[in-house]
Amino acid sequence: MKILVDKDKCTGHARCNAVAPDLYELDDNGYCSLTELQVPVGSESDAQAGADECPEGAITITS
Amino acid sequence: MSYDGPATSPIADDDSLYGPVSNWESDFDHADPQYNPNTWQIWSDLREGCPVAHSDRYGGVWLPVTHADVQRIAHDTETFSNRGPLVMRGIDGQDPVEIGDSLNLTPLTSDPPNHREAKAPMLPYFSPKRVAAMEDEIREACITLLDEIGTTTAFDAAERYAQHIPTIVTCKLLGFPIEDAEQLRQWTKAGFENINEPPEQRMARMMEEFGYLAARVADHRANPQDDLTTFLINCEYRGEPFSDERILHNMALLMVAGIDTTWSSIGSSLWHLGNHPEHLARLVAEPELWPNAIEEFLRLYAPVTMARKVETDTELHGCPVKANDWMLLPFPAANVDPTVWDRPEEFLFDRPKNPHFAFGLGVHRCLGSNLARLEMRVALSEFVKRFPTFVTDETQPMEWSVGQIRGPKVVHLRILEAAAPAA
Ligand code: HEM
Ligand code: SF4
Repeated sequence: MKILVDKDKCTGHARCNAVAPDLYELDDNGYCSLTELQVPVGSESDAQAGADECPEGAITITS
Repeated sequence: MSYDGPATSPIADDDSLYGPVSNWESDFDHADPQYNPNTWQIWSDLREGCPVAHSDRYGGVWLPVTHADVQRIAHDTETFSNRGPLVMRGIDGQDPVEIGDSLNLTPLTSDPPNHREAKAPMLPYFSPKRVAAMEDEIREACITLLDEIGTTTAFDAAERYAQHIPTIVTCKLLGFPIEDAEQLRQWTKAGFENINEPPEQRMARMMEEFGYLAARVADHRANPQDDLTTFLINCEYRGEPFSDERILHNMALLMVAGIDTTWSSIGSSLWHLGNHPEHLARLVAEPELWPNAIEEFLRLYAPVTMARKVETDTELHGCPVKANDWMLLPFPAANVDPTVWDRPEEFLFDRPKNPHFAFGLGVHRCLGSNLARLEMRVALSEFVKRFPTFVTDETQPMEWSVGQIRGPKVVHLRILEAAAPAA
């Protein structure tokens, strides 16, 4: 499972980080600093929660 | 709705246009005193037909109410410009603002590509990590306000509590003397309570505020501090220090955008808890539910409706939208659209996901969203710690603000149980 973040869509709501801080790190401006991350085993539901919370739909989870 | 005309542009400030609203589809007015108390009903009626209302008031203004339309408009910054974020009588949207231009409140009033440079310098100052450093100060301010309320058992929590929190925070953020928080509250209240005040009166107040801000910039130049005012003074734009104008307009925007928005959210949340003892009791018993509660308060009582100026002719649900029309952008309506949200008008602690639009969408995403969330969490949880049982006072009238910032003007509560203040 992978997290993909579309940087063009991310506008820094920081919701991904609020619900799943271990997966979604923020840069100094408060925008998601990931573009792609292999989800560690056991963190799948956190990855999905971060994606679900993003108002911009910037995060996709692939299997 | 079907809308056929007029092709001519009406005179924006003809008094005869501004009577009470007779029809919310074809003659709505977001500044009618009946609008804010009845928004859910009005939007839901509109969704039954064509979900975009029109009015000839203000020189032509549209109100879309679906999640999809709000999303599309917020993201299409070419067709919909931020040069007109507030629809008021007697103004017609300024020119799009270039950085350094004298007009208006950049970055709110800037469009891409200028917008990015206008917003970027302040972003690090408002990141979650940075604002977290203010938590202790905010808590202290809340506890002082609660101590002042003391053993009073019936009071207006807007006047005694909610309105003070963002004004104190703004003073701390910008390094203003804390005694000035009351002045900021009075200025903000005047604008919040009277969207349709005469333009001359609004202008006079703005001039007074700008005079105040200019004096604070001068203090800070003489005496640099570790605060946002000094930070702005030290910022550079293309190798040059920020102009005084840019500093002042950035500061003015924080006062306009950060105060009555936040006090409305805190006030609405307290009002909700006063009406829903079951939600209050659950938060007392399970404080870990606060983060979910804050997002639900924001979704249900989102205080901010913005507006755009239409740049080029376009269409919405078959209605011809003309360049220079106003387009209201009701983020709060998107938050209760039943095609997207299950049980949209209910407060649910266990909503499986909550990607609401209370802080806007796209490039203008609220700069202060992390700070506003922190203020809400601290203010509300401290209030409930001190007053674990309270109800709204049914003997007192409830009044909503009038205009694009929606919140209760008063929040009359009766306290049924108070905890002792911490020693
Ligand atoms: C619950 C409280 C708040 C709510 C609901 C709120 C909501 C919003 C919304 C919806 C926008 C988007 C405007 C647009 O699309 O044109 C916005 C922009 C903005 N907000 Fe907030 N706001 C709140 C608190 C704050 C605070 C505390 C601050 C700062 C101290 C702040 C500063 C700003 C600024 C500077 C902008 C303009 C950003 C830009 O144009 O890029 N807001 N806010
Ligand atoms: S929630 Fe979405 S918009 Fe916000 S920081 Fe994360 S990816 Fe970006």
